[in-house]
Amino acid sequence: MTPALRFRGITKSFFGVKVLQEVSFVVPGGQTVGIVGENGAGKSTLMNILGGNLQPDDGEMEFDGQRYAPASPGDARRAGIAFVHQELNLFGNLAIAENLFLGGFPWRARWLPWIHRRRIHERARQWLAEVNLPHAPDTLVERLSAGERQLVEIAKALAGDARLIILDEPTTSLTAVEAERLFAILGRLRQRGISLIYISHSLGDVLRLCDQVVVLRDGAVVAQAPARELTVERIVAWMVGREISQLFPPRTGQPTDRVLLDVAGVTQPGVVKRVSFQLRAGEILGLSGLMGAGRSELARILFGLDPCAAGDVRLGGESLRGQPPRERIRRGLALVTEDRRWDGLCAEATIGDNLTLVALPNLTRSPLAWVDRAAAGQAVQRIREAVRLTPAARDEQPVKTLSGGNQQKVVLAKWLLNEPQVFILDEPTRGIDVGARYEIYRLIQELAARGAGVLMISSEIEELIGLCDRILVMRRGEIRDCIEPAAFDRERILRAALHEEVGV
Amino acid sequence: MTAPVGRSLGLLLLNQASLVLFAGVVLTFGLMSPAFLQPANASNILIQPASTGILAVGMTFVLLTAGVDLSVGAIMFVAAAVGGKLILGGWPFGGVLAVMILIGVLYGAMNAWFITQFAILAFVVTLATRYFGRGLGLRITETRAMNLPESFYELGAARVLGVPLPILVFALIVVVAHVVLTRTPFGRQVYAVGADVEAARKAGVRTRAVLFAVYVICGFCAAAAGMVALSQAPAVSPTFGNNREFMAIAAAVLGGTSLFGGRGAVFPGTVLGAVLIQTIENGLTILNVNSYLYPLITSGVIFIAVLLDATRCRVLAHVNRRKIFVETGS
Repeated sequence: MTPALRFRGITKSFFGVKVLQEVSFVVPGGQTVGIVGENGAGKSTLMNILGGNLQPDDGEMEFDGQRYAPASPGDARRAGIAFVHQELNLFGNLAIAENLFLGGFPWRARWLPWIHRRRIHERARQWLAEVNLPHAPDTLVERLSAGERQLVEIAKALAGDARLIILDEPTTSLTAVEAERLFAILGRLRQRGISLIYISHSLGDVLRLCDQVVVLRDGAVVAQAPARELTVERIVAWMVGREISQLFPPRTGQPTDRVLLDVAGVTQPGVVKRVSFQLRAGEILGLSGLMGAGRSELARILFGLDPCAAGDVRLGGESLRGQPPRERIRRGLALVTEDRRWDGLCAEATIGDNLTLVALPNLTRSPLAWVDRAAAGQAVQRIREAVRLTPAARDEQPVKTLSGGNQQKVVLAKWLLNEPQVFILDEPTRGIDVGARYEIYRLIQELAARGAGVLMISSEIEELIGLCDRILVMRRGEIRDCIEPAAFDRERILRAALHEEVGV
Repeated sequence: MTAPVGRSLGLLLLNQASLVLFAGVVLTFGLMSPAFLQPANASNILIQPASTGILAVGMTFVLLTAGVDLSVGAIMFVAAAVGGKLILGGWPFGGVLAVMILIGVLYGAMNAWFITQFAILAFVVTLATRYFGRGLGLRITETRAMNLPESFYELGAARVLGVPLPILVFALIVVVAHVVLTRTPFGRQVYAVGADVEAARKAGVRTRAVLFAVYVICGFCAAAAGMVALSQAPAVSPTFGNNREFMAIAAAVLGGTSLFGGRGAVFPGTVLGAVLIQTIENGLTILNVNSYLYPLITSGVIFIAVLLDATRCRVLAHVNRRKIFVETGS
């Protein structure tokens, strides 16, 4: 019998924000437990603690009747806990068998560090049979499809004597057929007495596969119940059930009828499919969806960073087809990326330099002329006031010394100097505390009030409900719903964002 | 199931590019000068790449981990300078060779220590130690050319069972390197580290130890390459080994080793790349091409090597791109 895993009062904070609060539940031996929750509910943090990548601030875990406190991924593996991540940890340049035994190859002899090929092939063949994968053990992993790689990961877990396997969104990159195959394998694992933790947004799958379902919301367990007593509607209600606690600044403007950005049938194979919508002057258009639904990828295509196979994007009536990002910026498009530290800011450079980066061409008479320092200084001053950047920060100070909220203001301000017509904001409030959020919201509303169009990508539904004039919902690269304010409803958005099984 | 057939075929051609190039080069030179295809020259084509080839074998280990070692030419120089001094000072051969190898290993360990301990980019560390090594070598030789005794030359011309010694040393190093890379846990872990350090660490690989080892191996090979080069032309000039690192990188990359790590092989890849480069040089000599054109042609070869690698990586990245949804019916 496989031992049980217990979480007792696990608590974890990041920078003073509680991500997990006293999480306690049990994964009984040999059972499959589904963990569900919105993006940011704390699932990944909990799994990182379980896998030894993070240490809890408080609370403890128990596995196999003993205290289990992994300090590293190696500890978790040795305890018999294996992960199959959404982003697979396989090496495409190595053979299947080598991937299975990478951490501890069997040697030919004790004194000879020579891989015992016959033995690893035999054992690999045995585990591959276990997961129904009819490939030779010396096949390179890069030749396998996404579904087949998933099965290799499971074989790897089995080869490492795992007694508990955690599957994190295992079906997102699988076809329906491949998913069915995976489910059949999971059924076999269960018969072998292996415990499974199954994390997924596909609630239909969770109900089908799991014995128990644990619902996380805001870092706390809100429900744990046997799957056969549950329905998808019930789970969605638990996942959602929260009053809108954040305050949103009052709306100052109204959307007009003038179309700024006209997206028609934008398609890129494997990324987005027939995406069409219109963004009007003065409008804040929300774009909701789960992680990996294609929202950021759509933003990159609109901005000209990634190719677009079919469809057209028009800005102010003019087609942007084939235009590079530089030209799109010139015509009034602005993109604030998801990760401001990597993409949006030069973290080592000063505030002043960051602010003038985009508008630099406007501050000189020709590309070779000197930057007009006085003009630049004035522009920086004007814009700092416009975004209410903390007065304590000097222009010469490196951007990385600012708080998250102020960094995001610098990113926004940087674009303001260029006076764009259309802003694409990708998760503009990620990692920003509640107080600073209000300021960012106010800035976004001011942009719209001045006649700009804002496309706002966010994983936080209440943020979109509180701020937007309309909300689009994406799933698997397609727009599945367009919701008007009268129909704003967390449940409807979540339904559209989750899998087909929900409320068809 | 797998990547489309057309794309795999393109990838196959890209992977065999060095072979195609080699055939083209031999054919071109052969047509232009009959002397090129004479048996005497054929053995030259095998002997001359020995030094560059050994250097490139060490470089292959480093490149496989997505690193680079710009100091190998300098290591050759330092080892040869010290070795030359000792020979002239009357040391026995065996002792001199041992000291030269030790210098290579220690130099590699110094590179490795900076790279793994302080997490500095290999490019920066080895660029610095390259200049350090060249400076040190000039200091030891007092910037004068050092002519070594004839006996050293005899070593280069010596044959064991009819095989010239330089070829034998090269072959031995290639065989050992090939076996280590393909058959030992360490070798396979080198590939894993090059593909994704973080994932390798999660898979239980001691990534720092692996990284340390590849630079030591590279230093060892550089010293060995220095010895072979001395046996072929027994003099240590102030430019000894200068810029050889680029020939070594070009040889490895031409042979299919990626600058981005995780892909490549010593045999046949790097060996073929080294032979290819040396063959071009050899052909140019036989055709009596103006020697001022050599750098231009060398740069062309390096450019082709890097272009091939980049194209290969782009094709691979395209094949392996993460999909948001799966196209039905394809």
